[in-house]
Amino acid sequence: MLTALVFAPTAVAVLLLALPGRTPVQAVRALWVATAAAELGLVIAVWAGYETGGGIQYEVRARWIPNAGVGYHVGVDGLSLPLLALTCVLFLACAVYALRDRHRFREFAALFLFLQTTCLGLFVSLDLILFFVFFDLSIVAMYFVIAGWGHGDAKRAALKFFLYTFIGSLALLLGFIGLYLAASPHTFDIVDLTRQNPLAGRGTYAGLVLLAIGLGLAVKTPTVPFHTWLPPAHTEAPAAGSAILAGVLLKMGTYGFLRIAMPLLPDAWRRYALVLVVIGVVSVLYGALVALAQTDFKRMVAYTSVNHMGYIVLAVGAAAATTDTSAQARSLAVTGSVTQMVSHGLITGALFLLAGVLHDRARSYDMGAYGGLAAPAPVFAALTGVAAFASLGLPGFSGFIAEFQIFTGALGPRPLATALSVLGILLTAGLFLRALRQLLMGPVRLPDTPGTPRAFTDLRAHESAAVVPLLALAVVLGVAPRFLLDVIEPASRTVLELLAR
Amino acid sequence: MTDMNENPLDILPELLLAASAVLGLLLGAWLPRRWQWLVGILACGAALAGIVAASVAAAGPDLTAFGEGFTVDPVTSTTRVVVLGSVLLVLALCARPFHAHPRESELYVLLQLSALGALVMAGAQDLLLLAAGYLLASVPAYALAGFRKDGPGTEAALKYYVIGALLGVVMLAGITVLYAAGRATGYPLLGPALPQAPVSLVAAGTVGLLAGVLFKAGAVPAHFWVPDAIQGSTAPVAAFLTTVPKIGALTALLRLGEAALSDSGMPWAALVSVIAAASMTLGNLAAFFQTDVKRLLAYSTISQVGYLLLPVAVAGRSDLAQPALLYYLAAYAVTNLGAFAVVCALPRATRIDDYRGLARRRPLLAASLVTCLLGLVGTPPTAVFVGKLEAFTAAFDGGYAWLAVLAAVNTVASLFYYLRLILPAVSGRPGDALTDGDLPARVAAYTAAAVSVGLGVAAGPVLPLLSGSLST
Repeated sequence: MLTALVFAPTAVAVLLLALPGRTPVQAVRALWVATAAAELGLVIAVWAGYETGGGIQYEVRARWIPNAGVGYHVGVDGLSLPLLALTCVLFLACAVYALRDRHRFREFAALFLFLQTTCLGLFVSLDLILFFVFFDLSIVAMYFVIAGWGHGDAKRAALKFFLYTFIGSLALLLGFIGLYLAASPHTFDIVDLTRQNPLAGRGTYAGLVLLAIGLGLAVKTPTVPFHTWLPPAHTEAPAAGSAILAGVLLKMGTYGFLRIAMPLLPDAWRRYALVLVVIGVVSVLYGALVALAQTDFKRMVAYTSVNHMGYIVLAVGAAAATTDTSAQARSLAVTGSVTQMVSHGLITGALFLLAGVLHDRARSYDMGAYGGLAAPAPVFAALTGVAAFASLGLPGFSGFIAEFQIFTGALGPRPLATALSVLGILLTAGLFLRALRQLLMGPVRLPDTPGTPRAFTDLRAHESAAVVPLLALAVVLGVAPRFLLDVIEPASRTVLELLAR
Repeated sequence: MTDMNENPLDILPELLLAASAVLGLLLGAWLPRRWQWLVGILACGAALAGIVAASVAAAGPDLTAFGEGFTVDPVTSTTRVVVLGSVLLVLALCARPFHAHPRESELYVLLQLSALGALVMAGAQDLLLLAAGYLLASVPAYALAGFRKDGPGTEAALKYYVIGALLGVVMLAGITVLYAAGRATGYPLLGPALPQAPVSLVAAGTVGLLAGVLFKAGAVPAHFWVPDAIQGSTAPVAAFLTTVPKIGALTALLRLGEAALSDSGMPWAALVSVIAAASMTLGNLAAFFQTDVKRLLAYSTISQVGYLLLPVAVAGRSDLAQPALLYYLAAYAVTNLGAFAVVCALPRATRIDDYRGLARRRPLLAASLVTCLLGLVGTPPTAVFVGKLEAFTAAFDGGYAWLAVLAAVNTVASLFYYLRLILPAVSGRPGDALTDGDLPARVAAYTAAAVSVGLGVAAGPVLPLLSGSLST
């Protein structure tokens, strides 16, 4: 089931490329949207068949390269299932959003389908090398998305993105090899390694392995000071690419913390958790402050991603504290971090798609050049407003649930850090309100870049069809989050049990 | 020690290649020019038969032939299959550009003789046989480098020849010194004898010996010939020179390390690891801003040799070294040949900019290029990824973690210049230089790219075949 879920998009991508060149673009579009919808259907079926609190399910384990300790091992649990669903939702939204694109559409669709395989594959991997394979391939696919369909200085941004995240992935690989050699028998299997806990009581060695893995994941997340690839990559990428990059690819880093670093290196994680807390807080504040200074809408959203991912890092760091705090509070922090991943994926995905609309209409992201868009484009204005409020953590949206859980969970073990991070909310509120005022209020102004139409048309049907469901889901999660939390909570308790060993 | 085994069937693949070369030379003298391709077919037949014979021999027990001089074990068998497979690909690359060439049959003969030299080096367990293999691999290669008889070709051949001759003499001197130190030339006798010999003598001899072997491998500091020879010679020959001799030389180094030199009292592992580090770093740095595609790929092969030396450095310290090297060699051979096959398929595109728009003109060829170049970086699931994984693991396991880290850093750096070639290929409008594709080269490129991915995915069944012990 999971194998089909993971590899079906690539199979369709190959089919797309194999179609004769005369195939009408409508057929390609229909095929892409149908595939993305079918994937979403599959993941809903997986969710329906998932037994809450039952540990890893839909497990498939096959021998791949037994001599190197590498196996094909996939499965889902409460950590990965929400992210799988998020991935499918976002890819469907991107497929719908890109319906009117023309520029080398077939290749674009094929690349996105391939990218979907890598993202889904990463979240179901239960083998370190399998994880790494999908991690690396996602970088390759995203590189081509940015370099091939980006605008502005896309090639440079793509190169920076590739080099940065590739360094991260190699650090990750070195860490994985360290784990592999410490285990006996040597294995890359995450479940086996979790059971063995091979680095228990090996101070420096475990520290170095955690450093390598942490570095790799921190680049991907990204946390300060490894975030510098993110703003150019986001700014130059096409809208759908940005949405996937922020919505899904960034989650790979934080998911790796929960899936690999915490259960496999519990000792080292507990010892160095303070470092993560500090990095988390710095990311929260620095991301928000730099976002405040941006005039470019997309760049601003990119920096709020640094800020939002900072909360997750803070939460996973705070969860390691064992003294004077109840297990329930720490469980809340871990659950909150997964919820935040889902919530950030939905909301930031929507924001980037809306930014894409901005660029599509007037070829500019410069907030100073716009004004009064609420008059010509009320739907756009309404959705941007909703997305901005959701992003700053207003109650009633998923972001509130997530951040509330994180703060409640982290306040006990790390009061000072948590107090500082709350300032981040204040800053994001300020910057989003300012952006909304500039873009939507006042007299109508449009950038007069040559060749742009004088009127700002409102959202077209396919654009609304892509953005509205994302925001609707954010509201549903904000109002009735139980169905999600029921899945996550048992898994986060498991993570904490593993961490407490 | 057993009775001397002189059964010629044990070296059947080598004999087939030699026989086909001699027969080809005779045939070439008689055949009219437009029929000379028959010599190529003969060479293909010999290579195919050799692969079959090597596979059959691989299933049998390990043995040594001709007075402990030549051994047939998993290392030899793997090298035979890889070298002969590479020869097949190179023959496909040569088929069209050299069709009805005045010296077509000579080309095939020289290719086979040089490949034979690489095979002898790979199986040699005696310093003198190693020297013979070195000469056999080198001398035809000099002629191949200058085969086109034009300015750059002549320069390539001359540079290759002068450095090769010099380092060959140094190598012979080194062998003499080692003979004096160990009173034997066969590794089984040399291994126990060297620890008793004066370390300085062994070290001097080893350095001399290394000079020659590293020249064949194209590793720093004996790498100066690589860029000029590769840029100056024709693309199919360049593909051959960057692949086949390296396989022989690196396998020879593995044998030397494991059987004779790792316990000899001199710091073998440290020496090789420094060479590996220098090779990968210098190769990468020099490749950064190359604009000529062949030259860029030439520097990339220098850095690849650096990674390939990782398992050689820890030979005898880690059980993983041997399968890692063999697997990486196979992966490197097919991936590198794939990249050069794309170069062969576009004979008029020599600079990076000429590749602009390749994806529009020939999507499959562009896909092959991207696959092979990302493969050389070590992107999963290509074969080089598994090779690198194994090599890094072996280095960690053998206590050379810093080398693995350096290799990882270098891998990232290498990404930069591979992307410089990939990016124009997948974007932009096609230029005028993207013409004259020849079909066999294109098919070879597709095949190599497919094998490179297939070998990576199918690493499971392949790896166990490579890990049988060395028979010494």
